[in-house]
Amino acid sequence: MAKTLKEINEKIKKGQAVVVTKDELLDLIEKQGLEKTAKEVDVVTTATFGPMCSSGVYLNVGHTKPKTKLGGGHATLNGVPVYTGFAAVDILLGATAMPDDDPRNSVRPGEFKYGGGHVIEELVAGKDVKLEATAYGTDCYPRKELKTWINIKDVNEAVLFNPRNAYQNYNVAVNLSDRTLYTYLGVLKPNLGNANYCSAGQLSPLLNDPFYKTIGIGTKIFLGGGIGYVAWQGTQHNPGGLRGENGVPKRPLGTLAVIGDLKQMSSKWLKGVSFVGYGTTLSVGIGIPIPILSEETLKYAAVKDADIYAAIVDYSDAYPNGKTDVVGEVNYAQLKSGEIEIKGKKVPTSGISSYSKALEIANILKSWIKKGDFTLTEPVAPLPSAESGYKLKPLNERPIK
Amino acid sequence: MEKKRIVLKFPKEKIDQPIVYRLIKDYNLSFNILRANIMPDNEGLMVLELTGENADIKKGLDYLKGQGVDVQPLEKDIVVNWEKCTQCGACVAQCPVGALYIKDKKTMKVEFDPEKCIACELCVLPCPPRAIEVKF
Repeated sequence: MAKTLKEINEKIKKGQAVVVTKDELLDLIEKQGLEKTAKEVDVVTTATFGPMCSSGVYLNVGHTKPKTKLGGGHATLNGVPVYTGFAAVDILLGATAMPDDDPRNSVRPGEFKYGGGHVIEELVAGKDVKLEATAYGTDCYPRKELKTWINIKDVNEAVLFNPRNAYQNYNVAVNLSDRTLYTYLGVLKPNLGNANYCSAGQLSPLLNDPFYKTIGIGTKIFLGGGIGYVAWQGTQHNPGGLRGENGVPKRPLGTLAVIGDLKQMSSKWLKGVSFVGYGTTLSVGIGIPIPILSEETLKYAAVKDADIYAAIVDYSDAYPNGKTDVVGEVNYAQLKSGEIEIKGKKVPTSGISSYSKALEIANILKSWIKKGDFTLTEPVAPLPSAESGYKLKPLNERPIK
Repeated sequence: MEKKRIVLKFPKEKIDQPIVYRLIKDYNLSFNILRANIMPDNEGLMVLELTGENADIKKGLDYLKGQGVDVQPLEKDIVVNWEKCTQCGACVAQCPVGALYIKDKKTMKVEFDPEKCIACELCVLPCPPRAIEVKF
């Protein structure tokens, strides 16, 4: 009964495609089984909304009179340093950058109130942002100093480019020590005081396409409230790692590098956030449609929270010291219940990724596709597969004497 | 037995005198100290949750006022800015009394019950969008 993407897109353009969110798909499968649902449903929308630290924006701010060479000089946006290593007026701002005078963890735990992620949120919201720069001056670009307000409406390109987003599963963080830990997975209370997880679970895009059969380079997605594309595999992509019987990753495996025009995105889906004792970052909303081309595609996209397992990792010792031992494994249904049992103790759980916002995104993407505004793309190249031998490595230190 | 939450302001001259212990000793009350600070102007600030019979609470508060302590009921305390909240739930496991919780597992929406809140502020910094504010 295999459908083709071409057929599905034809139906979309005619406003006749059957599109459901992942949650709705599960209800359908329960009511009428896999076979019937596979024939009936054309597209299922998956989504996630959570902190994604490897995110950033590059801008071309345009030339001044006389011209300034920011490249090789020093520049900040609202006090946050930007990277000035691309040409004269192309600047790059990362989510985890912070003002030079931010006290960081000099008094622990630092509050990390403002950073790149917050600047990105203000930029995309249309607020004026302060660009301050010094340059070394050349014959062709003589100017040495610049202090100006800029706005996303006036710059040339404003591109969201995120080297690593949409992690395919993640760890569950716990604290086996007797002092509070401040991490990128939130505050971890001592002696198994809480367990924090960060994944949309059954709604998460790559968990619905575990072997990257439909999602690849060039896949068109919902990104930050607008349209984006999968540009490459994300950094730390690790397709060959541990999977369960159903092919579903049991550890953090695949990742995506994504790109899109910031000018058509929204500050509702790109939020600057702060992790006490850790740093600043950007919460990103991503939605990816999965075309139901066959019963096999549907089988993978039918995965439930109870079928997806994650590793419970101790962030007091194992994680910071690069040890691979895990405290245990737990599934997302257990995590979302609010309490899990570890070593005989009842441990309350907290999410860091917002399932509630991810549901909103899945519904928005569904409405775009149903309206005929959004057709699906076929990848132009696949992501490195589970059999490719592509592997995440640690840094093998070779000290410089 | 009644519970009453109060904000006490101690004038500079009184901050080195033990006063609140008398609520236990003379007025048969017990209390939980929710907050205790010396303010920048050297005033003392204390937030207590008093437990006891209504009549004893009234007498206890009259005693404090008689000592020159300013007594106000605890009004606004923890406020969630729902516009800033990204509904992640990071606050849920931080709250020691379950005032922040997720009840509906289908929507996974975060909810707040101000009645349960003891204004301990443990939720404030762990909130990534810093959507939780403390107001006294």
